[in-house]
Amino acid sequence: MAFNIIVCAKQVPDSDLVRIDPKTGSIIRKGVPGVLNADDANALEEALKIKDKHDDVYITVVTMGPPQAEEVLFEAIAKGADEGILINDIALASSDTFVTSTVLKTAIEKWAADNGEISLVFAGREATDGDTAQVGPQLAERLDIPQVTYASSFEISEDMKTVTISRKLEGYHEEVEVNTPCLVTAIKDLNQPRYPHMHNVFAPMKITSWNIEDLGLDADSVGLAGSPSVVISSFPLKKGKGGMFVEGESGAEQAANLLAALKDKRII
Amino acid sequence: MTDKTYRDLWVFAEQNDGVLAPASAQLLGEGTRLVKDMDGDNTLCAVVAGNEEDSRQAAADAIAYGAKKVYVIADENLTNYTTDGYTKAVCAAITEYNPDIVLYGATPQGRDLAPRIAARLGLGLTADCTRLDIKADDYIAYAQAETMLDPSTLDLDDVLLKQTKPSFGGKLMATMVCPKTKPQMATVRPGVMDSLQKDPAATGEIVAVNAGITAEDIRVTVKGKTVDAADGVALADAEIIVAGGRGLGDASGFELLQKLADKIGGVVATSGAPIDAGWIDESLMIGQTGTIVRPRIYIACGISGSIQHLAGIENSETIIAINTDKDVPIFEIADYCIVGDLYEVVPELIEHWDEYITK
Ligand SMILES: Cc1cc2nc3c(=O)[nH]c(=O)nc-3n(C[C@H](O)[C@H](O)[C@H](O)COP(=O)(O)OP(=O)(O)OC[C@H]3O[C@@H](n4cnc5c(N)ncnc54)[C@H](O)[C@@H]3O)c2cc1C
Ligand SMILES: Cc1cc2nc3c(=O)[nH]c(=O)nc-3n(C[C@H](O)[C@H](O)[C@H](O)COP(=O)(O)OP(=O)(O)OC[C@H]3O[C@@H](n4cnc5c(N)ncnc54)[C@H](O)[C@@H]3O)c2cc1C
Repeated sequence: MAFNIIVCAKQVPDSDLVRIDPKTGSIIRKGVPGVLNADDANALEEALKIKDKHDDVYITVVTMGPPQAEEVLFEAIAKGADEGILINDIALASSDTFVTSTVLKTAIEKWAADNGEISLVFAGREATDGDTAQVGPQLAERLDIPQVTYASSFEISEDMKTVTISRKLEGYHEEVEVNTPCLVTAIKDLNQPRYPHMHNVFAPMKITSWNIEDLGLDADSVGLAGSPSVVISSFPLKKGKGGMFVEGESGAEQAANLLAALKDKRII
Repeated sequence: MTDKTYRDLWVFAEQNDGVLAPASAQLLGEGTRLVKDMDGDNTLCAVVAGNEEDSRQAAADAIAYGAKKVYVIADENLTNYTTDGYTKAVCAAITEYNPDIVLYGATPQGRDLAPRIAARLGLGLTADCTRLDIKADDYIAYAQAETMLDPSTLDLDDVLLKQTKPSFGGKLMATMVCPKTKPQMATVRPGVMDSLQKDPAATGEIVAVNAGITAEDIRVTVKGKTVDAADGVALADAEIIVAGGRGLGDASGFELLQKLADKIGGVVATSGAPIDAGWIDESLMIGQTGTIVRPRIYIACGISGSIQHLAGIENSETIIAINTDKDVPIFEIADYCIVGDLYEVVPELIEHWDEYITK
């Protein structure tokens, strides 16, 4: 049986180009290109490294998003992944992380029912837009497999049954061991993602698209309706907060007033 | 939701070898304030997991920092933090005692644990909050004083926990509620809330919880820990950056900035001009052709704020600029502008910083 790896990949707006509409306070996504989330590129790379070294490894990349999220599947396949799945449905808009992980779990289980058991799941630590870092652990729980977060190095045994991982924590690294199947969340330190290959770009790409009906999910159980968390408002801070001139007759007074203001605003 | 009664505010008391994490002490401080605003009769509680000795010590710490009651899951299988062990432990306590709110520090451990618990219990979870309100009036006062939000457009109550968090590198704030599930849960950014003065004489009730944890529950084995060498942080990841420009006058100015960076846990960087002058290595340049950064605090010393430089710092949460000229572009995007000589201001910051930081 093949060693089946799932990579969860999200398309995110190129965060360096995102601007805020000063009038409405909302994010201007128009004209901002979507890119593969940075940590997910590391997640994919680690899966590809396993495939480089071992026979019979099959990599499926799963993304939930709008139709253009298919671009991240093209990119992943061009780098060497075998298959891509796009989960797209208007009903999925405003899903929180609980629903996102439920949808990903359902898709992964559907794939496994048709193709065979999953041996390993890779996700990124966090997506640069939603930024919660919650989907990885939640998905592991929904799949009922152990999780290892913040992986900065990854090694799999010859028999592919045991994984040794270094986790990057604050000020130290923790070495852990776990059996497959498990879910690993990748950070930037894990590896250096490769570039796409031309010959992969021209080969036919296996991409499947599923909506919630394909997954057997109700519209009420996903999106805003199915999410336990709800965003009630989103807004920029007052501009007046910016451009505050710090008073003071001397450097010492200015420094003291600055530090007091920073403390008051809980910045330090 | 069932018709169970949910009450009390819980803080997950993260401990390392029996020492309560600062983030948890801060949450107990915040919890002391919030618990009074909750509907009905509520108690500030902590929940601790660990082996016998560590959990006893951490429970005592939690009481000293304000917890009135501590739920303790003591088990040799919980000596190391593991997702599996701690999830089972905390879920057992939650399902037995039904808290209304559970808060976790948004530390690496809290952000590993809380989502796993939320998924197991089917709960909402808000990530990395920097502000919590229960009373609508408190939230409205905040919105009016500090934000562009018009709170009159919202339908607010005095019951749900309003969880506010930065997103898109602090460009935008979002407020979330979890109206459908209980307990309401959030992770909260370390360093934002204030802890109370530690009171070793404080007393509180200890409630032992049996979670029936077995060695088989724990599927990930901790093999060891290696402490990181204390060398430089990559610019792109740095939380605090002290950058210097042509206004430093010469290369030795960077030594002063390094002293400030050392004091406040930051790293030194540069604008384009010092590189052209040969004062510092090119790898430390921030901007369009250099590194794009997103620190929590960016301090620009003697930098005018060229378009190329600003392109690299816009995602900073707080920008502080020091410049002798009041009309420079950097002041248009800085949050705090100091018109003055950096050589008079920076040494004062170094000298007095410790007096102001929140412990
Ligand atoms: C401003 C803002 C704040 C939000 N705050 C919260 C909150 O506090 N709590 C909450 O529950 N929801 C929140 N949401 C909703 C949340 O962003 C979505 O549920 C989103 O679909 C997943 O969360 P994330 O982007 O934070 O992913 P993360 O949890 O940060 O992503 C981790 C990894 O999971 C995988 N992954 C995530 N999304 C997908 C996907 N669509 N397809 C494939 N793989 C994926 C990727 O591997 C990714 O690297 C917020 C949304 C916004 C816009
Ligand atoms: C193609 C291209 C790409 C570039 N890319 C980048 C880039 O990525 N990043 C980048 O930074 N630059 C870049 N540059 C250079 C950029 O255009 C500016 O020249 C540079 O940013 C200016 O650096 P500065 O602000 O330190 O110097 P200046 O603009 O000369 O500003 C120095 C400031 O110091 C103040 N000052 C003087 N003495 C003191 C004192 N004692 N105390 C306090 N303030 C004092 C002055 O009032 C002045 O405002 C690029 C240029 C080009 C052409």
